[in-house]
Amino acid sequence: MNNINLLLVGVGGQGTILASKVLAEVAMQSGLDVKMSEIHGMAQRGGSVVTHVKIGSKVFSPLVEKGEADIIMAFEQLEALRWLDYLKPEGEVLVSRQIIEPVPVILGKAKYPDNIVAEVKKVVSRVIAVDAVDIAGDCGNPKASNVVMIGMLAQKLDFSREVWIEALRKLVPPALLQINEAAFEKGCAC
Amino acid sequence: MKALLSGNEAIARGAYEAGIKTAVGYPGTPSTEILENITQYPGIYAQWSPNEKVAFEVGCGASISGARTLVTMKHVGVNVAADPLITFSYTGVNGGFVLVSADDPGMHSSQNEQDNRRYAEFAKIPAIEPSDSQEAKDFVKAALEISETFDTPVMLRITTRIAHSQSMVELGEPQSSELKAYVKNPVKYVMIPAYGRIRRAAVEERMQKLTKWARETSLNTIELKSRQYGIITSGICYQYVKEALPEASILKLGLTYPLSEELIKGFAQQVEQLFVVEELEPFFGEALESMGIKVAKKGLFAKIGELTVSLIKEKISAELGLDLPAQSKVETAGLPVAPARPPVLCPGCPHRAVFYTLKKLKLTVTGDIGCYTLGVLPPLEAIDTTICMGASIGTALGMEKSNPALVGKVVAVIGDSTFFHSGITGLVDMVYNKGRGTVMILDNSTTAMTGHQHHPATGKTLREETANVVKLAELARAVGVKRVVELDPFDLALIEKVIKEETAAPETSVIIAKRRCALLEKGTGKPVGIDRDKCINCKQCMALGCPAIALRDGRVTINTDICTGCNLCVQVCKFSAILKAGEGHE
Repeated sequence: MNNINLLLVGVGGQGTILASKVLAEVAMQSGLDVKMSEIHGMAQRGGSVVTHVKIGSKVFSPLVEKGEADIIMAFEQLEALRWLDYLKPEGEVLVSRQIIEPVPVILGKAKYPDNIVAEVKKVVSRVIAVDAVDIAGDCGNPKASNVVMIGMLAQKLDFSREVWIEALRKLVPPALLQINEAAFEKGCAC
Repeated sequence: MKALLSGNEAIARGAYEAGIKTAVGYPGTPSTEILENITQYPGIYAQWSPNEKVAFEVGCGASISGARTLVTMKHVGVNVAADPLITFSYTGVNGGFVLVSADDPGMHSSQNEQDNRRYAEFAKIPAIEPSDSQEAKDFVKAALEISETFDTPVMLRITTRIAHSQSMVELGEPQSSELKAYVKNPVKYVMIPAYGRIRRAAVEERMQKLTKWARETSLNTIELKSRQYGIITSGICYQYVKEALPEASILKLGLTYPLSEELIKGFAQQVEQLFVVEELEPFFGEALESMGIKVAKKGLFAKIGELTVSLIKEKISAELGLDLPAQSKVETAGLPVAPARPPVLCPGCPHRAVFYTLKKLKLTVTGDIGCYTLGVLPPLEAIDTTICMGASIGTALGMEKSNPALVGKVVAVIGDSTFFHSGITGLVDMVYNKGRGTVMILDNSTTAMTGHQHHPATGKTLREETANVVKLAELARAVGVKRVVELDPFDLALIEKVIKEETAAPETSVIIAKRRCALLEKGTGKPVGIDRDKCINCKQCMALGCPAIALRDGRVTINTDICTGCNLCVQVCKFSAILKAGEGHE
């Protein structure tokens, strides 16, 4: 198979890293090579968080570079815009409509761009934007929005549904499993 | 069985499989997770030390006593541990000794980007560099074997992209390792000049043996493909080269110090043009030059920052005269620019009020390494200097002793973990030399920035065992500080009063601002609210730089999802327009 390159982008605390772990587990259980790279350190201090995931028969560099991502999965709108340079021209953007203002915006020193999804759609033909936080809230916990996004991603990748569910069961705390499975199903339907 | 592990997790697993008995370190990105992961494995004694020098020395003792030993730290930690490192090279080991140096090209979470391969050369010890998690695990065992065979500490050098990238690892069974007998041997382990001279010669002899062995070790591999060009590389750059130039012949150096001239010349002779691909210092490049081996282009890659696949492809293709297809990507030029998202002190962070007050009082602030370094960013902008761990106190003393205009105006700000790391000696110096500076210890009862590790005042060890709690105030008094004040950093008026008093006092003062890290207290407070009738939108509360206070349609609002109810903004507001939880706000 051709390698698949993904960028998972968001803000510290949104569950970006858990989502990438589920994805990597699915790839591994499907018998593929996978590498994943993330930058720690400032993640809990409200900074921009990015995880690179590369899947294929053989992966060398763990990093996705500009123009190489097949899919950008953004847990926050501004982060989708920030990392768009990394997308292939024929690539796809999955974005949660959540907005988390960065400090320069909070302080009134910078403006949070208007209509980011519409702007992104001007240059990317395949964009799916969902209210992942609301959907997760309906399932019992808005924090499961990352799993709604995982459900969306599952529709785009050629892995069996059972493997996704199995990976969730392995990586999500048992107490939250029911909510997360519901969030996954909702995500699959987006 | 296969598992997806980060380089750090793989090193921990390698330590377990290779029979490491003692593991020591000080937290520092990107090395921290190695020790955190080692605690899951039975049979390994693991601990945090107050700093890397002590950690290294605990490791020396462990090795000399007969245990296979792992010591972990970030690149700048090796500076702190350099003193024992260079002489431990002389004594050599009993149980195998591995020093993990986690370098940070690109400075993702560091104050500099030094290349610690230079330390291997300087200390005259071998360095090995894994290129993925499998090798990170396997190289721990290899390092121990080198250490015991050649009687030397060994550096396992990794970089951020190895430490924090995950790849597949074949797990093995743990190998039992016996504690070696401890035999008293002063000529080997007591480095008085007479014995040191003997060991000095042993070091040179060892390097000669290692250099000879570098020719044959399977840590170095050759992949012969194109005869047109070959690349010498190591570590993560090997993966970049494989992806960028699949046809290249490659000499992959697993042993990056010492280098074998014979091996490199042999490789060079098999290709028409030779390139070196390495991040940071031209370590291989200079070695090749001194061996008289010609490379196609010197200085092809900048010494600054990280390399990338595309950069390697572009530079080497250009040298080879190959045309590259233009990289196509999404046309983003016409899109709005994304405002930066810098890291920031968390809502409810106990450091915020300190920096707010220091700025208000227009004091000169010498800073240190930790979350509180974020006090340099707008709108707090309170910090004047940050050099390295522990530097705040000495720097403050140097300023007041040298510039009369700064006497009584300098405050050193240091975290609790950093104070134990290397602030204590600075404080002793300040008292001893009659400094009249003010030292503020921001005690949030954890090592926050690296992910909340224990230290000598948290009452817990790395393995969560109950431990002695060092009392900071008692310690300060014990070294001779007479003015020691403990306060709650959520009491803004008190902070201001105390800082004014202590900076005016003609002797050394210590202020301990004590409150647990907001991330450890998550969800315990109730959010504040705004009384719209009273708020005149003066925005003074926004000078706190709290992410929970935002402008919406030009009006100050509270983001109740993230407000922790620390009530600093309540205290800042001159119009009583911000109300504590339960006081009837909107």
